[in-house]
Amino acid sequence: MPTNSDRQGLPAGVADISWNVRNNVTSAADVLERHLAAIDAREGDIHAFNIVLADEARLRAAEIDEAVAAGRDPGPLAGVPIALKDNMCTRGIPTTCSSRILDGWRPPYDATVVTKLHEAGAIVVGKTNLDEFAMGSSTENSAFGATRNPRDITRVPGGSSGGSAAAVAAGFAAASLGSDTGGSIRQPAALCGVVGVKPTYGAVSRYGLVAFASSLDQIGPFANSVGDAALVLEAISGHDQMDSTSIRRGPFEVSRQLDMGVAGLRIGRIADLPEGASPDVAARLDEAFDALRDAGAEIVDVEVPAFGYGLTAYYLIAPAEASSNLARYDGVRFGHRVEAPDTNAMYMATRTDGFGAEVKRRIMLGTYALSAGYYDAYYGRALKVRRRIAADFAAAYASADVLLTPASPTVAFRLGDKTADPMSMYLCDTYTIPSNLTGDPAMSVPFGTGDDGLPVGIQILAPALEESRMFRTAAELERRAPK
Amino acid sequence: MSQTVGATVSEETWTLRGYEMVVGLEVHVELATRTKLFSASPNRFGDEPNTNIDPVTLGLPGALPVLNRQAVELAMRLGLALDCTVQRSTFARKNYFYPDMPKAYQISQYDEPICVDGWLDLPGSIRVGIERAHLEEDTGKSTHVGGTGGRIHGSDFSLIDFNRAGVPLVEIVSRPDIRTPEQAKAYVSELRAILVAVGASDAKMEEGSMRVDANVSVRLPGAEFGTRCEIKNVNSVRSVGRAIEYEAQRQVAMLEAGESIRQETRHWDENDGRTHTLRSKEDADDYRYFQEPDLVVVDPDPEWIERVRWALPVLPAARRARLADATGQRADAEAILVVTDRDQDAYVLAVAGAGGDAGRALVHVKEAFAEQGERPSVPVADLAKLTRLEIDGKLTATQAKQVLAEIVANGGGDAEAIAASKGFEAMDTSELESKVDDAIAAQPEAWSKFCAGEAKAMGALVGAVMKASSGQADGKAVTALLETRRDIAIA
Repeated sequence: MPTNSDRQGLPAGVADISWNVRNNVTSAADVLERHLAAIDAREGDIHAFNIVLADEARLRAAEIDEAVAAGRDPGPLAGVPIALKDNMCTRGIPTTCSSRILDGWRPPYDATVVTKLHEAGAIVVGKTNLDEFAMGSSTENSAFGATRNPRDITRVPGGSSGGSAAAVAAGFAAASLGSDTGGSIRQPAALCGVVGVKPTYGAVSRYGLVAFASSLDQIGPFANSVGDAALVLEAISGHDQMDSTSIRRGPFEVSRQLDMGVAGLRIGRIADLPEGASPDVAARLDEAFDALRDAGAEIVDVEVPAFGYGLTAYYLIAPAEASSNLARYDGVRFGHRVEAPDTNAMYMATRTDGFGAEVKRRIMLGTYALSAGYYDAYYGRALKVRRRIAADFAAAYASADVLLTPASPTVAFRLGDKTADPMSMYLCDTYTIPSNLTGDPAMSVPFGTGDDGLPVGIQILAPALEESRMFRTAAELERRAPK
Repeated sequence: MSQTVGATVSEETWTLRGYEMVVGLEVHVELATRTKLFSASPNRFGDEPNTNIDPVTLGLPGALPVLNRQAVELAMRLGLALDCTVQRSTFARKNYFYPDMPKAYQISQYDEPICVDGWLDLPGSIRVGIERAHLEEDTGKSTHVGGTGGRIHGSDFSLIDFNRAGVPLVEIVSRPDIRTPEQAKAYVSELRAILVAVGASDAKMEEGSMRVDANVSVRLPGAEFGTRCEIKNVNSVRSVGRAIEYEAQRQVAMLEAGESIRQETRHWDENDGRTHTLRSKEDADDYRYFQEPDLVVVDPDPEWIERVRWALPVLPAARRARLADATGQRADAEAILVVTDRDQDAYVLAVAGAGGDAGRALVHVKEAFAEQGERPSVPVADLAKLTRLEIDGKLTATQAKQVLAEIVANGGGDAEAIAASKGFEAMDTSELESKVDDAIAAQPEAWSKFCAGEAKAMGALVGAVMKASSGQADGKAVTALLETRRDIAIA
């Protein structure tokens, strides 16, 4: 079975690469070649990428090395190879969302996060596979084939950001970006044994992120360590005037608080957490509480009664927004088009051919939930549940600083295990969905292994914009994780 | 049907076989912003197709809308000019597929519009309630090539220009307070004047920057509102009157024939002067409105609202009242309406301010300054002097007109000098009286007919006097003298 030893021989991570490149210890070109070599060696088995941008990355590495040679500082992510989920726009480079409907489309602009990565000196090595339009929990719903889990290639990497999680776990990139609408960063992070962060809604610009569910989508980083994830988050966060929902504040500064420990922090255990976690995962969660208690934190019991309603509310709100967001793929202006005798027939033929089954299912669900006569019973009620969940979390945070739950109910499952039963797939996101509904930050940090020696991720939840205490807790768990 | 022509809108009525019409208007206006409602592309009419576009305008994946502050301010301006309340508002998505709507949804204010509960006073004393005025984005423009009539059905292919997509619109929805075609036309004209006055829009119906939809129903007075039809494609003030009159007649005819009215959207055809079914209510799209998650609440603070309110210019109604006051005319007199509409009211007041006569100035500006703009080329003092000569009896109205023609042609001039150069001298009354008596003596037949009550016979008498005075006699004075003599003769 593949283990961490696969990454031996690569630079340790974001912090080290950046320090080495900035101080001329290693060249960006050298760092990049070692990552490209890892891709050459294993990408055939894993299929993390929709496209590897080797040529572009080499040009970029040369620029960075020239900058360093000329005495300029390329930035805090100097020479760091980063993979992007293929639902973030890259100027002139195909952006597919792993869907046939975007065939041939090349965005005329970069997403804000891409611009920020560039300004920070990072190198984009490729664009990663995902469940079509980020709808799924296994990266099996891709028009270009499934991604496999680097820890065990018979298993899924989770999803929808499975390609980004796998790329980091396999050492194809030092870090990557994913998007999280209901757990699409945290669940694959847990299944692949890496760190994955969903920041506070509005902390990272969504400009250039192809929308799935606008009120829930948030971009965040994957990395092999909490510290590396912090550095990437700092580089991509901060206000963006191109995104009206962007919070008016500067970038996060979480790195320097990682060593503060958790002494005095109140860690909440949700007494009425919905059941469903397998015993191996539940055991790791108990150990995580013990580890934090040992580190000086206070463990408190809280209740979040509406937690369990998150899943049903989510599966009305997210499809409703998606049904509207995905209406623009009509064959008129860009992407896939199937010719037909008239406009309506063209719409139908194009969308029937261009979208996969899960996307169509959610478009239908969402269209129904918003329809005249059904709005109040479905979408309207889901919004009420959403407000209720937010109120419950606010009450819980009155007595706890952060909350701990499993990130995923189970370790990585086998490819094909859940594809026949959408409901079983949806249940993968039971623990992650509520933070998307509230807009609060949450992250998954690896904490030992479960069945079959596969990684377990612990989810840390915090109130809006309290990323600092979330990262402090994550860093402590990382230090105390079972070896 | 009874319709009084030439009366003010407050006096005339419209009924047909006892039915009255009930009309509400929905007016879309393009705001005169520099850029689009949600992106930085220019908001400019008439450019090369598909040049004022960007990722947001085209609805490209990942693009996000950012609300234009100037559009919000212009919406507030026009709302306050219509005495609306400006309130906390939100945007929603109106979902439907159409090729010239890039995102397949229109971002529009829905259940929480920015302006509510205002009114518009028409010249006269009719007040039309304003239910709401809300912000929304315009669509692109389709041109259907081949087939007939420029309609999509039967065309060979379609071209889409996205320059207009994302242009800010305000939709102004009136209450169903309009009862006659004249009121509807007056509403549109007055609304247009207000929009232009506050700088919210150029409101050109011919360029599509102002578009009117009419909701028309008929009922017996005092009865419940009838089923309404929405009339689209009404592209001029004149069409507004024609379209709703036709539609009301159609509905009355149907009711009289024992049929019922179907709620539907109808298309006004300018050529055949009829409305035609576009789609029935059952065929209407389910727009699946929900709050636009890419935008935040718009909640102008009271200070901003007050700043906008204080910056409003004097509105047309107040300007008409001011001009009426200065000239001693009714505020809805034709000359007042025309001159104010031409923005020449301030000029008339300036002539009065320079010692001229406001009433005579109003007449001259209305008659002779149609080609001149807001700032006529004739110096205020020159027109003032001309009107003084008239008031002092030194020039007749006819002479004054000729003098003014020369002043206008030269862009100014001294009325007294021009009058002298033309040999105009005001006739004194005795001279005029003798010319009138001469005319009576020369045409006894005409005189006796005139005395018998044949008003037409007066023309020959007046003509003779004018001829005898080489056209310099004051027609009004001649008429007055003739009438006085007749009254004496038949007494």
